[in-house]
Amino acid sequence: MHSNRYCNRIIVLPFSVLLEIRVKPDNSGVVTDGVKHSMNPFCEIAVEEAVKLKEKKLIKEVVAVSCGPQQSQETIRTALAMGADRGIHVEVAGKDYETLGPLQVSKIMAALAKKEDAQLIILGKQAIDDDCNQTGQMTAALLDWPQGTFASEVSLDGDKVKVVREIDGGLETIKISTPAVLTADLRLNTPRYATLPNIMKAKKKKIANVKPADLGVDLTSRLEVLKVEEPPQRQAGVKVETVEDLVGKLKETGRI
Amino acid sequence: MTVHPIVVDIFESKLNNKSTQHSTPPRLLSRSLGLCLSGCRSLTQLAELPETHQLLRQTCRDYADRELMPIAAKLDKEHVFPAKQIHELGAMGVMAMEVPEELGGAGMDYLAYSLAMEEISRGCASTGVVVSVNNSLYIGPILKFGTVEQKKQWIAPFTTGEKVGCFALSEPGNGSDAGAASTLARQEGDQWVLNGTKAWITNSWDASATVVFATTDKKLKHKGISAFLVPMPHPGLSLGKKEDKLGIRASSTANIILEDCRIPLENMLGPRGAGFRIAMQTLDSGRIGIAAQALGIAQAALDCAADYAHKRTAFGAPIGKLQAIQFKLADMAVAVESARLLTWKAAILKDSNKPFIKEAAMAKLAASEAATFCSHQAIQVLGGMGYVTDMPAERHYRDARITEIYEGTSEIQRLVIAGQLLKEYQS
Repeated sequence: MHSNRYCNRIIVLPFSVLLEIRVKPDNSGVVTDGVKHSMNPFCEIAVEEAVKLKEKKLIKEVVAVSCGPQQSQETIRTALAMGADRGIHVEVAGKDYETLGPLQVSKIMAALAKKEDAQLIILGKQAIDDDCNQTGQMTAALLDWPQGTFASEVSLDGDKVKVVREIDGGLETIKISTPAVLTADLRLNTPRYATLPNIMKAKKKKIANVKPADLGVDLTSRLEVLKVEEPPQRQAGVKVETVEDLVGKLKETGRI
Repeated sequence: MTVHPIVVDIFESKLNNKSTQHSTPPRLLSRSLGLCLSGCRSLTQLAELPETHQLLRQTCRDYADRELMPIAAKLDKEHVFPAKQIHELGAMGVMAMEVPEELGGAGMDYLAYSLAMEEISRGCASTGVVVSVNNSLYIGPILKFGTVEQKKQWIAPFTTGEKVGCFALSEPGNGSDAGAASTLARQEGDQWVLNGTKAWITNSWDASATVVFATTDKKLKHKGISAFLVPMPHPGLSLGKKEDKLGIRASSTANIILEDCRIPLENMLGPRGAGFRIAMQTLDSGRIGIAAQALGIAQAALDCAADYAHKRTAFGAPIGKLQAIQFKLADMAVAVESARLLTWKAAILKDSNKPFIKEAAMAKLAASEAATFCSHQAIQVLGGMGYVTDMPAERHYRDARITEIYEGTSEIQRLVIAGQLLKEYQS
């Protein structure tokens, strides 16, 4: 149903991340009450890429989707101010939000992608608070779409997408057909600062409210968090007098 | 802190939209490094603002944190005009915030302008003053008193950050005494010929145009002053040496010398003899922008001191545990917050087309005194470290000082406030 010449619709998924991580006193999780949220940096890059593609007239519409409580609307507004056309806020709050993980988000994304008839889904490669790096991949699998992850360069070519991926060994270039899922890596682009006129325009753009149940998604988590711990406190260093002492100490602590 | 009920009313009547009903926590972004001093700010500062203003404030804050703060010390040390940053701010719409979109501006209100000014100045006070002069003192009077043609010619090119303007009112012989303008303008055929010297003109060395105030009818005293638009460079207009200032060193300040400077008749701004009125009205609004600049400097000083109080240990604990330091920080926070609310109130009154002269003067007075107070105390909290260039405290101290002097000295502000106040008691 999509045109052969250009893509019609991209969905981006800007995620909110916690800015301050504090472990709950009972070690059952991380404190989310009253902690500041902001758009995940990799998601900013994803939104920027989508807006760039629209500016190049390669796609017609950018839809920003965010899953979470009321605060997620702010993340969507920022995406709108950067140039997205409309937003969808999938309301997940309370206990459901605490257990919201990549599997549920990808189910939601898959359902929305079908409903919105999207040709491309662009996400940040991972969220900087939980570092999961799973949502993009899971979404592609659920939709049975090809995926171009860790993208540092994206170009549309007819109904195919050329993706340069950053991998451990260097760079890998692949060509995949649309519809597809892409995840943005650090060097894909430099996100723009929203211009003031765009911030004003964002006010008028629509944000639709959707519940996961409306999409037929079951939010039960298949994971149970057993314990959350802080990393060990940084220990003070030890001063040594000579190089021999240093080598000795390193051997002693099993470092060499 | 108790808020006077009138302030709350003004907020409710102006900010009467849904987004303020539920408390949206402030959005703070730090690019994966977690170095966000502003993360310690209180919720109340943002909870009353409409969503667009919150978004705008966050955008400017991000820009200031990432692009201005890292270079502010260098700009100050080398006295370098931040041309690239002014371009970028122009692209964002910050250089012409009140200007309607048709002319290339951001089409926003004065509250938005105050928020943007505070955040930009928190990053770099010099950049802040460049932005403020362009917005309030150069574009301001042309927007209010200019003809359609004048707005197209003199505002549109100055919205992108490529060109900035300046405001030439003060002279070597008069600053506060603005009615005694000795710069003269005589008509010769189809030209005005300007002669005289203007002093302390911010942006002079970087500007492409200026609003100049000159006497057209000496007998009418201050009612004989008119305003003119002069392009820069221009034959008959030359610049004095750049002043070597204590602070805001990245912005240029110099004399503008007019020697038989000829401009077309249509370069007069507003009616003949309206110059003094134009100047005073321009300064009334400009005050709010400068108050916001002073707030930015004060907040930066507070951020610096509070951060240091957490990290520096003495007598076995972080100095933030000592009451002497706590009392200083508390006093600083109260000074900043009260000045901020005054500034917002003045901006909101102006946006609602209500009288705001007294509030604007109060805001400028409170904010500039808060800036000097906070930066003074910040150096005290930092001790020896506050005295050296390794920390920004000494730059805030130097930048803050001018806010009590320009755009109306604190003494003039007191005269304005008293004048307005006494009028209220006349019956």
